[in-house]
Amino acid sequence: MTKKKKSPTDNWKQVRKRAVAVLPKEVVKLIGDVQKSDTRPRSRLITVLHRLQAIEGHLGPEELQAVALLLGVPAAKVTGVATFYHFFRTVPRGRFMVSVCMGTACYVRGAEEVRGRVAEELGIADGQTTSDGLFSLQDTRCVGTCGLAPVVMVNDDVHGNVTPSQVPAILELYRARVATPDRAAPDRPSASA
Amino acid sequence: MSSSTMVNLTMDGTPVSVPKGTTIMEAAERLGVRIPRLCYHPDLSLAGSCRVCIVDVEDMGYFMAACASTVWEGMRVRTHTPEIRQARRDIIELLLDNHPRDCQTCERDGRCELQNLAYDFGVRERLFEGRRKRFPPDETSRSVVRHSEKCVLCGRCVRVCAEVQGVFNLDQQGRGFETVVAPANFAAMDESVCIQCGQCIAVCPVAAFIEPKHTEEVFGAIADPRKTVVVQTAPSIRSAIGEEFGMQPGTPNTGKMVTALRRIGFDVVFDTNLGADLTIVEESNELLLRLEKGERLPMFTSCSPGWISFLEKFYPELIPHASSCRSPMTMLSVLSKTYWAERRGIDPKDVYMVAVMPCVAKKFECRRPEHYLEEGVPYTDAVVTTRELAWMIKSTGIDFLGLPDGEFDDPLGIASGAGDIFGITGGVMEATLRTASERLTGHPAQRLDFTEVRQARGLKEADVEVDGRKLHVAVANGLQNAKTVLDMVSKGERHFDVIEVMACPGGCSGGGGQPYPRSGYYVLDQRLLAARGGALYDIDEKKKLRRSHENPAIKELYETYLGDIGGKKAHELLHTAYAPRLPRGIR
Repeated sequence: MTKKKKSPTDNWKQVRKRAVAVLPKEVVKLIGDVQKSDTRPRSRLITVLHRLQAIEGHLGPEELQAVALLLGVPAAKVTGVATFYHFFRTVPRGRFMVSVCMGTACYVRGAEEVRGRVAEELGIADGQTTSDGLFSLQDTRCVGTCGLAPVVMVNDDVHGNVTPSQVPAILELYRARVATPDRAAPDRPSASA
Repeated sequence: MSSSTMVNLTMDGTPVSVPKGTTIMEAAERLGVRIPRLCYHPDLSLAGSCRVCIVDVEDMGYFMAACASTVWEGMRVRTHTPEIRQARRDIIELLLDNHPRDCQTCERDGRCELQNLAYDFGVRERLFEGRRKRFPPDETSRSVVRHSEKCVLCGRCVRVCAEVQGVFNLDQQGRGFETVVAPANFAAMDESVCIQCGQCIAVCPVAAFIEPKHTEEVFGAIADPRKTVVVQTAPSIRSAIGEEFGMQPGTPNTGKMVTALRRIGFDVVFDTNLGADLTIVEESNELLLRLEKGERLPMFTSCSPGWISFLEKFYPELIPHASSCRSPMTMLSVLSKTYWAERRGIDPKDVYMVAVMPCVAKKFECRRPEHYLEEGVPYTDAVVTTRELAWMIKSTGIDFLGLPDGEFDDPLGIASGAGDIFGITGGVMEATLRTASERLTGHPAQRLDFTEVRQARGLKEADVEVDGRKLHVAVANGLQNAKTVLDMVSKGERHFDVIEVMACPGGCSGGGGQPYPRSGYYVLDQRLLAARGGALYDIDEKKKLRRSHENPAIKELYETYLGDIGGKKAHELLHTAYAPRLPRGIR
């Protein structure tokens, strides 16, 4: 904007500063690059959200508001997109993502009961995260190890031939890991149970 | 038109020739067939989402949406085969099954588009019992209640908010069964960029958007013997209220309206137009001072509270340009609780001020802290919309059509024709020019009609010559149009002296609190807005008193109470200030 005198009621600088503070530097830079390019900012919205989620793990309300302001895309549109696509998460992901395979093989071998038990033990439904931030639960489609059906994945660990009664012990493995930090990277557990 | 640009088709066996690019829906209208619709609105972009307008096109193998399909040569369309009727009925029934069964107690009972469709298509039983969405209403906003449980996801509100108002506050959030129309992050309306114009209420086919009612509080005050209940009516009420009682749009009803208000039980009936006259006197004085000093030009008008909210959220850097005048409504309320209450020897706390407005943003304005006499005593206690007033009249059993004419009370009921035209886009500008031109030149202006600022369909720029002096002015209605001119001002691209902005298309006549259009008209319909506005120009033309500053009541006010125009007391009582508001809007 080429205003001669700065208006005393112009709040853009403060609003912008606050938005920049909320976002990772890399995302701010990406938005800056989009602004400089010829593409319409709106057409790069998903790219920006992708990058933000890759860094932050999820898309929080303040971050979405900041993206809207800096990218110049209405906030209702930004959050409309973020809540429409299954890929985007608007709530923080738990430290351990429990994915119950609902593929055909797992399903016929009782995956539904397994999922029910996980949900019961954690007190959350599909797509939710426990209040202590430890576990998230999600359905997933075939993970390609049908021989081990039914399969439960916790982050990158594969647990095969799971029965509902084994569920508490599996979850306990990860709770224990948080209580007594392993020498190995805590989020990269060893072989499956 | 040459034959190559015309397309021939048959519609239910009748041949019809229409220009290339015509939709099936438009072609049917030429034959007098109104294809049912829900998400469609002639002035908004196409959504094609409700499927209520499906028709049978020969050899297509599937039903086509008439609103979104253009005709082709030799097309054979059938609009009401048994299959089409059944499919439409099923679609409407499915919408109903995900909708509360509360028609009898619903705000829109009797004028709900979904209810009308269900009747027209003969939905007499409910066959698809199933899961239904449930959401509590969002009642955080003073102007707009959002009730997602009633929403049919037609998206008209999303489009009017974005395309007409440029606010983009609403969008569909979430996915599938869980989808709701809401502000960003499912935020409460009060914490969103909503500027309270209420156009979402106007276009909503059901009651998913509605104004919060003040009617019960008003009836309560009327029944309270300690209260002196004063009512004031905005200019655009008189030319629209008749529609609620079956009259043609544009029928003036000033006299009947005043009588109806007395019969409802209001003690005193004042005219907001006097507030408008006062606004003009103060605002033209402000303009002349700015022209003299050459500062803070262009000056923006400040009567429209939706516009002021928009300025504060979307263009805060331009706030100093806005006139500091309070709106006509608030000016009149201020005078009622100061000047008038003092004269009458009434404690201002016992005066209950009700404003009848075409506007839902006024409900927000009246609770802005700067418009309070003291803590707990707002200058305006309640605001009812044109729709609410019509309901109050019906609710008290008053036969509106048979009422004799009444007259406003003295002294705050005397108004010039300049006040009347505040109700239409361009009116404030014209009224300002009538008064400013006299003060600029020092002798009464020859001209009364500044037709160059009339009939602004969105945005109008004009050079107005006032006795040799040229003023460059602009009139904008609908905030998307305001954006165009504000961007020019912000970038310093063009010089303007005065800019009138009204948040709603057509000005107050098209306000968010005006009657739902009767059949044959639609919201944003230029014919409807022209009829309502035309009635106001007629009223103005028939008045002897047409310049605000010649109003004897105004003269008396300054002589006996306010002192100088723009003086200390006038400033204290009649002016205000604005400040940036968050969340900041994205423009």
